[in-house]
Amino acid sequence: MNWVTNNLETIISALGWHVALSVPAIVAALLCSIPLGWLAHRLPRYSGPIITGSGLLFAIPSLPLLIVLPVLTGAGMRDGSNVVIALTLYGIALLVRSVADGFNSISSETRLAATALGYSGFRRFLTVELPLAAPIILTGLRVVTASTIALCTVGAVLGIPSLGTLFTDGFQRQILAEIMTGIILTLGLAGICDALLVVLGKLLMPWQKQVA
Amino acid sequence: MNVIQETFNWLVDPQTWSTDGHNMIIRSVEHLQYSALAVTLAALLAIPAGWFMGHTRRFSGVIVGITGAARALPTLGLITLFGLLLGIGLVPPMIALVVLAIPSILAGTYSGISAINTSVIDAARAQGFTTRQLVTRVHLPLGFAMIVGGLRSAFIQVMSTAILAAYVGAGGLGRFIFLGINTQDTPMLLGASIWIMVLVVLVDALFSLGQRFATPTGVRRLHAVPATEPSAG
Amino acid sequence: MFNRKTATSSMISFESVTKTYPGPSRSAADVVAVRDTSFTVDTGTITVLAGSSGCGKTTLLRMVNRMVAPTSGRVLINGDDIAHMNPVQLRRKIGYVMQHAGLLPHKTVAENIAVVPRLNGASRTEAKRSVDRMLDMVELPADMADRYPAELSGGQAQRVGVARALADEPRILLMDEPFGAVDPLVRTGLQQQLVDIQHELGTTMLFVTHDMSEALRLGHQIILLAEQGRIMQQDSPTKLVEQPANAFVEDFLGLNAVDKTLRTRTTEDGRTMIVDAHGRPAGFLEQA
Repeated sequence: MNWVTNNLETIISALGWHVALSVPAIVAALLCSIPLGWLAHRLPRYSGPIITGSGLLFAIPSLPLLIVLPVLTGAGMRDGSNVVIALTLYGIALLVRSVADGFNSISSETRLAATALGYSGFRRFLTVELPLAAPIILTGLRVVTASTIALCTVGAVLGIPSLGTLFTDGFQRQILAEIMTGIILTLGLAGICDALLVVLGKLLMPWQKQVA
Repeated sequence: MNVIQETFNWLVDPQTWSTDGHNMIIRSVEHLQYSALAVTLAALLAIPAGWFMGHTRRFSGVIVGITGAARALPTLGLITLFGLLLGIGLVPPMIALVVLAIPSILAGTYSGISAINTSVIDAARAQGFTTRQLVTRVHLPLGFAMIVGGLRSAFIQVMSTAILAAYVGAGGLGRFIFLGINTQDTPMLLGASIWIMVLVVLVDALFSLGQRFATPTGVRRLHAVPATEPSAG
Repeated sequence: MFNRKTATSSMISFESVTKTYPGPSRSAADVVAVRDTSFTVDTGTITVLAGSSGCGKTTLLRMVNRMVAPTSGRVLINGDDIAHMNPVQLRRKIGYVMQHAGLLPHKTVAENIAVVPRLNGASRTEAKRSVDRMLDMVELPADMADRYPAELSGGQAQRVGVARALADEPRILLMDEPFGAVDPLVRTGLQQQLVDIQHELGTTMLFVTHDMSEALRLGHQIILLAEQGRIMQQDSPTKLVEQPANAFVEDFLGLNAVDKTLRTRTTEDGRTMIVDAHGRPAGFLEQA
């Protein structure tokens, strides 16, 4: 406990970096996945390759990806943007599937009824399809949020600051409390973000009795 | 000479692979062995537990809780924690790897068994299957693909996390990455990273084949290979 | 097991059976599914247990092959208390068909039908012979043997379910709303087929349904149940229709329903047509 009170500044800075890297990645993953997942849903012929490709991407270990990615993107290996790009890719890999599942779950009768009512294509997408797919997308987003926050720590071994810095620093300097603080804050941050998403889901989707 | 060319040269250099050089072949085998050991130990615990939970169709909340928490658990934190608590060497990271492998296998087994239509199990009991016959002739064949799916996720996760284990002094392929970072040997760093990616993707593809093979024909005609959630580490 | 005891003509007897389940919570009272019910099923006949959902008919049926154990009371087969029999061996001697056929999805039709003969130790060739005979009996083409359950229609799956249950020639067949999920036209065909099969094999059948017309079509004996397995009437179909014991039975037969009131009308060619309250023809009256 002493370590925590003496190093509040370090902890808060690590937490701040962690949020600054993971939240943009989660948002970017969501924004990229919606069109991609919708395409996978609309073009069943390509949905196989898209889903397989994203599964393959997710299998790639994070540390090697953080090392190889700069060769492709031109970002510095120790830049925050490198972590954001990698986390976004992982997020897309997970979310595309949920988005496609979400759109696929809409019954054809509902779609037909919306068309019969006179909705135009894009309007139908925005006001009928997207809200109906949203619960399944939200479930996927919760998974992405938790895993992004956990994965973000890996950058620390390359020197990219995050809560993971508490692990590398704690291990090097043999401070158990520092590592424990890192684990608890990572789990806590993931828990808080998950709770926020659940509340947001209830506010935005009042027709859902409960979000799974 | 640019970085890509140098990396390529490192990868095709016999010195990289031979026993008197970097010994990458032996290190790769070592990496796979560590991972296989961790997944086997985890499976010995998680498959019976998952079977029990799936068979009784209770505890679904426990499964959701464990997989949810596991997702948010930082692997690097677990590796450094065990490393600090138990010292360097093989055992501390192995414990961390087993802990990380359990949730996927547990969830895979649970969903494999609990997804079997209750009327199928009911009918099998009514035809006079003993519990052992129910397990070997109904649960296993119908749940096998999902169990393999769980093992697949676990193996990939463990292979990825085993790289980080080199940070606390374990062997395997991760040591080339940390060696490359510390000596600023970019060709080695990139070469080893690319090789690990190739290896993981190959193992994933093998499991995917195994999963297809594990799906009984009568089920395959109806559904595609059941999807399990992949996991990165 | 079940040695033929010619002295008794009742194959299955229920003696004051009761089944209670623990309540939904620790403090809640136990739920009574069946209370003190007794009846017998005669050898070589079809007995139908009819009643609305929740009357305990499925619970009673599942007591016969020990899928459900009575809380008190006994179930006897040929005079022997089944509580003393090995449940697995017992089930292999009793056919069971349920609403969702419950076929093993990873086995072909032939393998599904061969399950019980194989469990009972039949050789491959013997089992194959049973499969052929059963497919023929339920009127499925022989080339269907290699299909998987996922490739069958509901009616076909149910035929396979019946074939599987009868494959090792059990003396007793239990059926739990077996035709409830197939469409009405197919259902009539399956019912007729079942009557024919029973006639041919002489199997003792216990059949559960909530459909009174199905009960009347199939049963030699109909047992009409109210809640908790209370027997409202136990009679032949003719007696049940002609002498309903009480208002419950009348209601269940639909005798008191407004639109079941039938009238006669003479057609132009002089025959007497029976029409319902909406004027829909129900059939012609045949003068005895």
